[in-house]
Amino acid sequence: MLNTISRSLIITAALFGMGSVASSHEYKAGDLTIQHPWSRATPPGAKVGGGYLTITNNGSSADRLVGGSAEISTRFEIHDMAVENGIMKMRPAGPIEITPGATLSLAPGGKHIMMVGLTQTPKEGDTIAGTLVFEKAGTVKVEFKVEALGASAPAGAAAPVPAHGEAAGSHHH
Amino acid sequence: MIPRSVNLFLLGFAVFAMLAGVTILVVQQWSPYRSFGVGGSFVMSDLEGRTVTDRDLLGRPTAIFFGFTFCPDVCPTTMLSLTSAMKKMGTVADKLNVVFVSVDPERDTPEALKQYLAFFDPRIRALTGTPRQVANMASAYRAYVRRSETEDEGYTIDHETSVMLFNSKGRIIGQIFHGEDENAFLAKLNTLAEPNVCRPGLPTTSNLWSSAGELAGGACR
Repeated sequence: MLNTISRSLIITAALFGMGSVASSHEYKAGDLTIQHPWSRATPPGAKVGGGYLTITNNGSSADRLVGGSAEISTRFEIHDMAVENGIMKMRPAGPIEITPGATLSLAPGGKHIMMVGLTQTPKEGDTIAGTLVFEKAGTVKVEFKVEALGASAPAGAAAPVPAHGEAAGSHHH
Repeated sequence: MIPRSVNLFLLGFAVFAMLAGVTILVVQQWSPYRSFGVGGSFVMSDLEGRTVTDRDLLGRPTAIFFGFTFCPDVCPTTMLSLTSAMKKMGTVADKLNVVFVSVDPERDTPEALKQYLAFFDPRIRALTGTPRQVANMASAYRAYVRRSETEDEGYTIDHETSVMLFNSKGRIIGQIFHGEDENAFLAKLNTLAEPNVCRPGLPTTSNLWSSAGELAGGACR
């Protein structure tokens, strides 16, 4: 339920952000549109970071996200997480197919990119250079914007949605 | 003969009634912890290598969270929620033990944990131990911990997400569930620290078992 809400918030938020240069950045690769790759600040000593974004397939044939890279980690994996009965479970989930017309949302609480083996600590406001590798669209260079540790959606996206009267970034789901 | 069968009948009835009672309790209070013996003795270490046991936590109410530094989502956000609640509580939070138990002794070295904890409220302390000590404690606290292999010989850990709340005698009296917001963290920790004190401006709750979105109570007047 919360996952669904936060995902739809992120999608809504992504739509909100489209008109604003500051809050949204997007990339095109063939028929794919990649929107707002972002990550979260991590505590020092943490060895993993999340990567989140949406990918829309505007073409007529399916493509698959098979992997990628991030300059601050030794490995780049695609995982799926879910909390069931209070237990957090995470599993490898790549590659992921994006069917024609579909939008794949990688977001906290669900499917996401795992930057494993961090070589430096991402801080809020940083950008992380990286790539996404697709079966058909090939390798796409992207930058992940680093948001606050508690962010549940990219900044600028969270703003239109008041959550418990807290400032954006200080809540989580 | 007759008295014995009556006895058996009564015994059977008593057993049935007990089972029914237990079932009703479990059904009514769906938390996996509420009706069971959660907690108890453990032997672990602090980050200086000193032995810490359950007895060291007695005398103060305690909030315990089982996590690990390789946990990308639930652990840092939960630690952040604990931290911001404690900040708002100020010295009220001094009345609590807030404990982060590492369930990944293999990778969470004391140095890595120190670095990690430095990011959060300094009153949150970490416990670690040998894999067996950690497994024993997780088992005593009914904290689900299971290793799961990922790519390239890496692994992650499926883990309990709730923060367990204990009174000063070590008895479990509530939980902060995954998905509860900052207000719930604050209200529950506040109630845990000072169950009968109403502090204006700080939310409290009458129900430490309430789950996300059902927070009873509210701000004091």
